[in-house]
Amino acid sequence: MNRKPEKLQRSLLLPVAARYLMPLLLIFSIFLLLRGHNEIGGGFIGGLVAASALMLYAIAVSPAALRSLLPFEPRSLVAVGLLTSLISGLIPLFAGRPFLTGLWLKTEIPVLGKIGTPLLFDLGVYLLVVGIVLWILLTLAED
Amino acid sequence: MIVLPILIPLAFGIFSLLAWKAPRLQRGLALAGTSLLTASAVAILLDVRRTGVSALQIGSWPAPYGITLAADGLSSLMLLTAAVIALAAALYGQAGIDPGRVRSGYYPLFHFLLMGVNGAFLTGDIFNLYVWFEVMLMSSFVLIALGGERRNIEGAVKYVILNLLASILFLSAIGLLYNLAGTLNMADLARQLPLLGAPNQITLVAVLFLAAFGIKSAAFPLFFWLPASYHTPPVTITALFSGLLTKVGVYALIRVFTLLFTQDTQYTRTVLLILAGFTMVTGVLGAAAQTDFRRLLSFHIISQIGYPLMGLALFSQSALAASIYFLVHVMLAKTALFLVAGLVESLQGSFDLKKLGGLYSARTGLALLFLLPALSLAGLPPLSGFFAKLALVRAGLEQGQGVIVAVSLAVSLMTLYSMTKVWNEAFWKPAAVPVPRRRLSAWLWAPTLGLVLVSLLIGIFPAPLLELSNQAAALLTNTQPYLEAVIGGMP
Repeated sequence: MNRKPEKLQRSLLLPVAARYLMPLLLIFSIFLLLRGHNEIGGGFIGGLVAASALMLYAIAVSPAALRSLLPFEPRSLVAVGLLTSLISGLIPLFAGRPFLTGLWLKTEIPVLGKIGTPLLFDLGVYLLVVGIVLWILLTLAED
Repeated sequence: MIVLPILIPLAFGIFSLLAWKAPRLQRGLALAGTSLLTASAVAILLDVRRTGVSALQIGSWPAPYGITLAADGLSSLMLLTAAVIALAAALYGQAGIDPGRVRSGYYPLFHFLLMGVNGAFLTGDIFNLYVWFEVMLMSSFVLIALGGERRNIEGAVKYVILNLLASILFLSAIGLLYNLAGTLNMADLARQLPLLGAPNQITLVAVLFLAAFGIKSAAFPLFFWLPASYHTPPVTITALFSGLLTKVGVYALIRVFTLLFTQDTQYTRTVLLILAGFTMVTGVLGAAAQTDFRRLLSFHIISQIGYPLMGLALFSQSALAASIYFLVHVMLAKTALFLVAGLVESLQGSFDLKKLGGLYSARTGLALLFLLPALSLAGLPPLSGFFAKLALVRAGLEQGQGVIVAVSLAVSLMTLYSMTKVWNEAFWKPAAVPVPRRRLSAWLWAPTLGLVLVSLLIGIFPAPLLELSNQAAALLTNTQPYLEAVIGGMP
């Protein structure tokens, strides 16, 4: 165990593939986020896909490279995600309904469809999951 | 409104996360958050007192399908006591928590722990109760492990393994219950279970719940995680845990055994009564062998858990009222004692009773701060512990349970012996090294004094709290108002 690990022969395939896969996976994660609620998808699974897209980059290139790619700390993402979900729960209170009641806008928006507080909640979960997964994995990877 | 005790800690936890790099701001947020929490708990207590049980259907999903929050007398009293303890811990933590812990996320965890505790007190859904227990377990696990020294990690591992075991038992019990009744709403369960005609299965589930919550509340025979872990983190954290965590376990026991498992009770109540007796005795015997201030107090936590269990096992309205009064008393007195231990440590640099001494002549005020909650714990009049134990003993004698009454009295005497030992060692005997002259920070002594005063007040003027406990107990023995508030006029 005291021997220095031999220098790994890194394949060129992974970094190149990761560069193309990451945006695709990120778009797919947004698709999953929007598809959620009534169909399979939602914030949690979307967040996991987004986090794995980012972690793929970290594995293929380096954790430090991912850090410099991110304009924010994973920790702030956790806080912002929690805050978004909390606000989505608080909105119904202003309409005189109990905490977390689902409310939707009357008009449909192109592409997104009907949007309402459940989508906002899911968005919060999405951000929270991305944040917490990156927080844990980057801490482990850099240790 | 009853969702506030969950939302306030959540919001302040988020703010603390956002203020990660600003420890001073986080310290301020902890004070603001716990003050708001106390205010909301007072409002809920007054509201429940005026209008009876209040329930909230989260997300407007009607009762047996969605998650219901419900505040009755027991919940609101527990909420308020927990909030007062949190406020004291937030004040004490201003000087008692080192900057290193704040940098590694003490304050967000502190708020999330409070959220878990309040959620457990408020929820009307048995699976949701499990979720709050997990929130509590995870935050408290990391709070113990913070610091990263060997003994922190060791304490944390012992703590988390036994508590996860309890969680598994709890979850299995919920699964079996759901399989039997097809619902998880506690009020709905209370209606369905008597109609099932399956008393044996229900008793089995009841015993599983007893085991799960028994571990969580550190009752005999599965208490050993507590003294193995509670002395490892800083005293602010220990004090917070001693006031909140095991008591949530007792709360859950009271809740399920008054609401759900009310048929065929002979068996479970006998088991509870035996457990209560053994918990008292083993706790106090364990304490007698200790020479470390905090370990000694940890064993007393266990011993004191036996008393509310005794009230639950006796299961008359007066016994339940005594249990509730006792819970409030012990939460306050125990937290105060741990904070005093922290004060002693910050003066003399040790929790080892052999190394302490001379505090009575050097610091008479501090000695008084110890003496009042200590005598209250032992049950001397006119302190709060006396009324709590008097009510329990009376309820026990009413039902002719002489053995448990004798045990509880003997344990009180031994508690007194144990407190005398601390008094002799830490305060009375001459100091091995002179007590330093330096002043104690007001952040440290003021919350301790505050808790002692509150505990003194409920002892000198026991009537209001006794009345509140009685009302709460009336709602536990007659669950109709609770059921109506939660599921309304459903058949």
